[in-house]
Amino acid sequence: MGNLMTAPIAVDSTEDRTMILNMGPQHPSTHGVLRLVLEIDGEVVVRVSPDIGFLHTGIEKTCEAKFYQQVVPLTDRLDYCSPMHNNLCYCLAVEKLLQLEIPERAQWMRVLLSELTRLNSHLIWLGTHAMDIGALTVFLYCFREREQILRLFDDLAGQRMMMSYIRIGGLALEPPLDFFPRVRAFLKTLPEKIDEYENLLTGNPIFINRLKGVGLLSREDAIALGVTGPPLRASGVDWDLRRDMPYSGYEKFQFRVPVSTDCDVWARYVLRVQEMREAVKIANQALDGMPEGPIKANAPKIVLPDREAMKTQMEALIHHFKIVTEGFGVPAGEVYQAIESSRGEMGYYVVSDGTAKPYRVHMRNPTFATLQAIEKMCVGRLIADVVAAIGSIDIVLGEIDR
Amino acid sequence: MTETDENKDAVLAAHADHRAIAALTQNLPGAIQNAKYDRGELTLTIARESIIAACRTVQAAGYNFLADVTCVDWYPIQPRFQVSYHILSHALHQRLRFAVLVEEGDPSVDSITGVWPAANFYEREIFDLFGVRFGGHPNLRRIMMPEDYRGNPLRKDFPVEGYR
Repeated sequence: MGNLMTAPIAVDSTEDRTMILNMGPQHPSTHGVLRLVLEIDGEVVVRVSPDIGFLHTGIEKTCEAKFYQQVVPLTDRLDYCSPMHNNLCYCLAVEKLLQLEIPERAQWMRVLLSELTRLNSHLIWLGTHAMDIGALTVFLYCFREREQILRLFDDLAGQRMMMSYIRIGGLALEPPLDFFPRVRAFLKTLPEKIDEYENLLTGNPIFINRLKGVGLLSREDAIALGVTGPPLRASGVDWDLRRDMPYSGYEKFQFRVPVSTDCDVWARYVLRVQEMREAVKIANQALDGMPEGPIKANAPKIVLPDREAMKTQMEALIHHFKIVTEGFGVPAGEVYQAIESSRGEMGYYVVSDGTAKPYRVHMRNPTFATLQAIEKMCVGRLIADVVAAIGSIDIVLGEIDR
Repeated sequence: MTETDENKDAVLAAHADHRAIAALTQNLPGAIQNAKYDRGELTLTIARESIIAACRTVQAAGYNFLADVTCVDWYPIQPRFQVSYHILSHALHQRLRFAVLVEEGDPSVDSITGVWPAANFYEREIFDLFGVRFGGHPNLRRIMMPEDYRGNPLRKDFPVEGYR
């Protein structure tokens, strides 16, 4: 991160005819605190240097001082648009270290919540992306639907945004009785709402002209620069971890992975909207096939007992006390667990030294790598296209800076 | 899945048909210092000077995507730093981890930005937070912390309340 007075990036233009323009960290279309140092020739971008770190809070360092179960709430705070993906990825990594078997109901619930989170995140993206381009109405429409998802989460976990609902060994609580009917009712109305957004945007000539042919990223560049998720698929790489390296029971679900070879911002828009429709399908399948059974693994030394058991059984009380005060030891080793989050490959690299606190937690967050492609997308284009390109990679600075 | 094997020769023999191991033992004998197969994940410890060649070799063998580069500080154990590379193959649906052990006295590794430009930000992050230098990196500056910051926060001996 740079002190703005002594900017670390060369702020001298390389030629007489070019000038330096600071975009951000307070620019509204940089979605938080991203600073882009643009070198421009007239209105054409010659060079782009992203400057990040303004939101660095040392989460990786904090993780090393917490018990394994205490890290879950920290993971919420990385990507505040899709907290459950972070919960899930971290829990899967620790469960892999522990070699813990997760009950089927918990797995299906995780898939359901993962897809609801994807919808939530894509709704925020669609609203803000359209707003950046100048279509203000869509923002209100998207946030109307997002509010419904947040209310579902509130109902489920008692929190609207930082749920910490997915825990090591399963889930925090059994969902309330009316949760599934409410999700089903919501999912029933959503496809019409997506049609509504598309009515506003997909045929809109201004929107099309702002997006088509903008922010081009070739297939080779996308792979070389570590781009994942919708931008990778928009560059013609047919790769989705949910299908290709399934986790949490995704192999039991039928869905389509939309791919495009247009490589531009428009393709990323189209793919994400299609992904929302697929997410509705997956969530419906999860609701239809939701198995009965426990939502927590049978591992009393790792998973907190039910409140009822804790109040009535001495052993459960002892386990509860031990987990809360001492944590639980995790066998030494290192694992890297990746999931397909709404932005691409999210990976958690967890190293254990056998104690109750993680020795090292590293988050591989999708937009950190994707941000490196911003220069390829923007050079030679107009400043206004930079805004479209940033929107198309759907950055969340919380997960980039960590 | 659950078996753990930390014996180099046993791992290499058991996974001789693994594309990365086959390519490395054939083209770069001596680059693999150690091998570990644990919880379904293969970790190959690569000699520090061979990391670029090893990356090129596995890239040619179909491991086309660099997912992540990060570092672990094993202080006070020597060699202190372990730089971990997570490499993915889209065609084989397989992951691979390279580990490079780096001594505290000379914390430097060759940069692999020439093989995968994606390593750029990751190596800058390690340089910033661990103080490991990457030779040949095009732009090795701090990325998270301010330019004038002292210390490397993710080192284990970093005082969490800052230097006094």
